[in-house]
Amino acid sequence: MSLLARLTDGVPARSLWGLGLLLVLLLVAPALLGKYGLSVLILVLYFAYVGQAWNIMMGFAGQLSLGHALYAGVGGYIAAGLFFHYGIGPWAGVFVAVLAASVAGSIVGYLGFRFSLAGVYFALLTIAFSEFTRIAFDHWGWVGGSGGLFLKVDATVDIPNLRGGPLLFYYVILALAVGAFVVCRVLLESRLGRYWLAIREDPEAAQAVGVPVLRCKMIAVVISAAMTSLAGVWNAFYYNNLFPETAFAMGRSIEFTLAPIIGGLGTLFGPIVGAVVLTGLGEIFTDLSELFHVSGLKQIFYGLALLVIVMYRPAGVWPWLAERLGFAEKRR
Amino acid sequence: MTADFFLSLAQAISKGLLTGMVYGLMALGLSVIFGVMRVVNFAHGEIMVVGMYLAWMGFEYLQVSPMLSLPVIAAMFFVAGYALQRTVISPFIGRPEHQQFLLLLAIAILLVNACLAIAGPDARGVQMDSQFESYELGPFVFDAVRVHAAVTAVVIAGLLWLFFTRTRTGKSIRAAADNNLGALVVGLDVRQLYAFTFGVGAACVGAAGALMITIIPVTPFLAAEYTLLAFVIVIVGGLGSMTGALAGGLLIGVSEAVAGLLLQPSLKSMVSFGILILVLLLRPQGLFGKSGT
Repeated sequence: MSLLARLTDGVPARSLWGLGLLLVLLLVAPALLGKYGLSVLILVLYFAYVGQAWNIMMGFAGQLSLGHALYAGVGGYIAAGLFFHYGIGPWAGVFVAVLAASVAGSIVGYLGFRFSLAGVYFALLTIAFSEFTRIAFDHWGWVGGSGGLFLKVDATVDIPNLRGGPLLFYYVILALAVGAFVVCRVLLESRLGRYWLAIREDPEAAQAVGVPVLRCKMIAVVISAAMTSLAGVWNAFYYNNLFPETAFAMGRSIEFTLAPIIGGLGTLFGPIVGAVVLTGLGEIFTDLSELFHVSGLKQIFYGLALLVIVMYRPAGVWPWLAERLGFAEKRR
Repeated sequence: MTADFFLSLAQAISKGLLTGMVYGLMALGLSVIFGVMRVVNFAHGEIMVVGMYLAWMGFEYLQVSPMLSLPVIAAMFFVAGYALQRTVISPFIGRPEHQQFLLLLAIAILLVNACLAIAGPDARGVQMDSQFESYELGPFVFDAVRVHAAVTAVVIAGLLWLFFTRTRTGKSIRAAADNNLGALVVGLDVRQLYAFTFGVGAACVGAAGALMITIIPVTPFLAAEYTLLAFVIVIVGGLGSMTGALAGGLLIGVSEAVAGLLLQPSLKSMVSFGILILVLLLRPQGLFGKSGT
């Protein structure tokens, strides 16, 4: 079977039409949306993309990472540092970034899995490594220390160096998000994907029936870290600045987890739906809180929304929505 | 030179031990909640910061010393913790960890931003006469506030120990922690006990907050740091172990103080995270935890 046929195997025609329509809409969106709308859509795609990456580890393989900022931070810093110091463009630098993040992921993963840390313990290990790296970068001169690393802001489009306005970054993150969606679909349908689900549901039973548990978990963390580092590189060049305080913050790691959890863990559309819901709510609450002039009000609304969602839709918004809309996808 | 160095090292260690007692009390709350309910309280530091703000408000607006408002804050936190567990957290017991995490994260966001909305982003501290006093013991000088805070923390931990070993409710809670089903079978009201436990955990951390405000000023941004710190302490000491939480608090308190002296102060939490990673890998049940749990 050709790849396309395999990807679409068993997907009802109306779902395919829906997806095609969505893709066309996203491709022409910049022409339809204003500057503000585009910036919001960029955020949605960014969170959908990192959400997919994180979902591979937690949603598919069942390993709770609360330190994914490590991979985004390392990736972003390396690509930006190479560009800043040596003028090496991100298209080349990204390979180093991905490599470094994969190495970081395999170190964290190997230590965690080899010493069979699970659940909260594994999550704390990931936090510890991320925090450790944050403090190290705070004291590392090459990356600017706690003062930060700044790229020259330049709106002239220079694709080889990934310099340009929001439009360029929109299409890059769109390509990443679409790519991640396809990759996740391929992975889920593969033998590896089935192994992951088996490990997620019952690691001991999986081990007993001959699933190479350690190897499968390692592959999950490396793929997830590598994909997350791409988001870090994109983020560094989009915002043109990097600070250890924010790049490796626990808050950033938590941000990465929200879209897939809110949307529906372990589903393909969960991270996308979650990103739409969260970014949408964030924008609404920003507008709303500007009416009142109380600091922290936006976050209070946000916290309330999270509370309501997790209390009434603990399995996520998408599985519920999919059922309403008559689509089949459930958490596997 | 060397004599001076050893003196300042000993000074740093004693300062770390005193602060570590308060850390230990804070971590005790987290440990009790996890040990009994298996719920990971990601809003722990936020609850602590609310306690600090309440003690600050009591001092600022009512001129009540944090030491005097401590019992009131602990009682309020007990009631609030009890109610929170009964209404919001109870359905999440036994649910997947990521759902508990999201629930408590939402609570954490609400608490810390409520503090921000009410008290603003500036650091808020209390100015007491005792902050300028100190006790001298031979060549050592101890800050009076730290000594008071540490002694109070030890007394509260002692009361907690008495509660868990001598009272009927305390024993029932331990029974429910050891064997949930068994506790149900012998007719204990486990839901009630869980709510009680969350109340006790919250009271601990509220009391720790009232003590902490006498040592350092509070900002909303401390909350996440304290949540992490409490986790580090509890994992290092052993999740669910009371002695472990206190010993972990002392260890982290000392390591922070010594790292602040020997390295740069900004590197102090790096040492704590280093200890955490080592403990996770070499002794994941924690220094005082039972193995096989």
